[in-house]
Amino acid sequence: MSERPKLAPGVRLHFDNTRNAWVLLCPERVIEAEGPASEILRRCDGSRTIDEIVDELAVVFAADRAVIAADVTDWLSELKAKRLLLA
Amino acid sequence: MSAVPAPLGLLAELTHRCPLACPYCSNPLELDDRTTELDTASWARVFHEAAAIGVLQVHLSGGEPASRRDLVEITGAASQSGLYTNLITSGIGLDANRLERLQAVGLDHVQLSIQDTDPGSSDRIAGYEGAYERKQAVAAEVTRLGLALTVNAVVHRANIAHLPALVDLAATLGAGRVEIAHTQYYGWALRNRDALMPTRKQTDCAMRQMEAIHSRYSGRLVIDLVIPDYYARRPKPCMGGWGRRSLNVTPSGLVLPCHAAQTIPGLTFWSVRDYALSDIWASSPAFEAFRGTVWMKEPCRSCEFREQDFGGCRCQALAITGDAAAADPSCDLSPYHGRIIALAEQAATAQETRYVYRGRPAVIATPVR
Repeated sequence: MSERPKLAPGVRLHFDNTRNAWVLLCPERVIEAEGPASEILRRCDGSRTIDEIVDELAVVFAADRAVIAADVTDWLSELKAKRLLLA
Repeated sequence: MSAVPAPLGLLAELTHRCPLACPYCSNPLELDDRTTELDTASWARVFHEAAAIGVLQVHLSGGEPASRRDLVEITGAASQSGLYTNLITSGIGLDANRLERLQAVGLDHVQLSIQDTDPGSSDRIAGYEGAYERKQAVAAEVTRLGLALTVNAVVHRANIAHLPALVDLAATLGAGRVEIAHTQYYGWALRNRDALMPTRKQTDCAMRQMEAIHSRYSGRLVIDLVIPDYYARRPKPCMGGWGRRSLNVTPSGLVLPCHAAQTIPGLTFWSVRDYALSDIWASSPAFEAFRGTVWMKEPCRSCEFREQDFGGCRCQALAITGDAAAADPSCDLSPYHGRIIALAEQAATAQETRYVYRGRPAVIATPVR
């Protein structure tokens, strides 16, 4: 997992002060990015590999690396299918 | 009302001026004059207030927003307020330099309209010689700059047979997203209904083609479809519910729950010149009129879908039934459902071939096949 994921053009992570929540702003839609999702997305800046993102999150959440890896892979492939992520 | 949820989106109609004359134009029959348009500072204030009440995305539209000389400043102000900025444009009036400046001030996304797959038909629909070619050039600039691009095509009788080719064209132009939107019959589209309405057979065929297109482009292109109301069985949740998610500011500053709301007589719209946006959203009479479900009559009032589709479109209910509080007749539970289908079939076979353009001579719509 050496890909370096990056949000697609026209997609950005934003903290919504009114609703007190992280959201992903996309062409013609807004996607909630609560909890772990925002932690993953904040790291999709094109500089980190998926492995590095998983390493960092395993520390942040003090959780099993394999579980984190599975969650991250799921999230990222879903976003890729929606064309919200480049990798 | 104390529990009005915060709005998500704001459609900013910066001007009603437009070089194009599309026969399905969503602007009202009576346009705001240039001299009444909000100035740059007023738009900046509106965006600031919008962001403060929870709006996340602003759709810079018109008319043609590029007809505003201060488009870059307006876009910059929206971006400065923290809003996601979406430019909805015909492309006319945009060149490489202007697009670069828009990108520099934070433009997030461009939505470019196309009319058809070949230049002759496209320009005839748009009522603008050379529109097709200009749009190609604009799409190329947008993608060269790495800006996100959606291509939008409004569907009607003259182009409904070309949907697969329209999606292919959008992909070729570099779009990441395509919006295929069947014409909604208010304003100019209602006036041109006989020249625009496809037959049921054409519509069914197009819907089947869209399914195939979806799977062909899966993962490569996001394709959003706005279904044809007149041949539907359930209404769309118009605007995601009246006064529930979105607001619309006209060129002169009136705030509407939807862009066609002025077709409904008796509604009182407040202006951003007189009121703060938060007050307008919370208590303007036009927003209160059809908010929630208390205004509903049967069959909506007791319907299990009332919190999902909110009774559909108020403007369409008015246009077909004469009562803006009736169920949207595109719903098969409406007593007027038979009437809307009959109107569609009548229009589709009317053999009207001329478009009525605003302020221009009528033009032959579809070449004889």
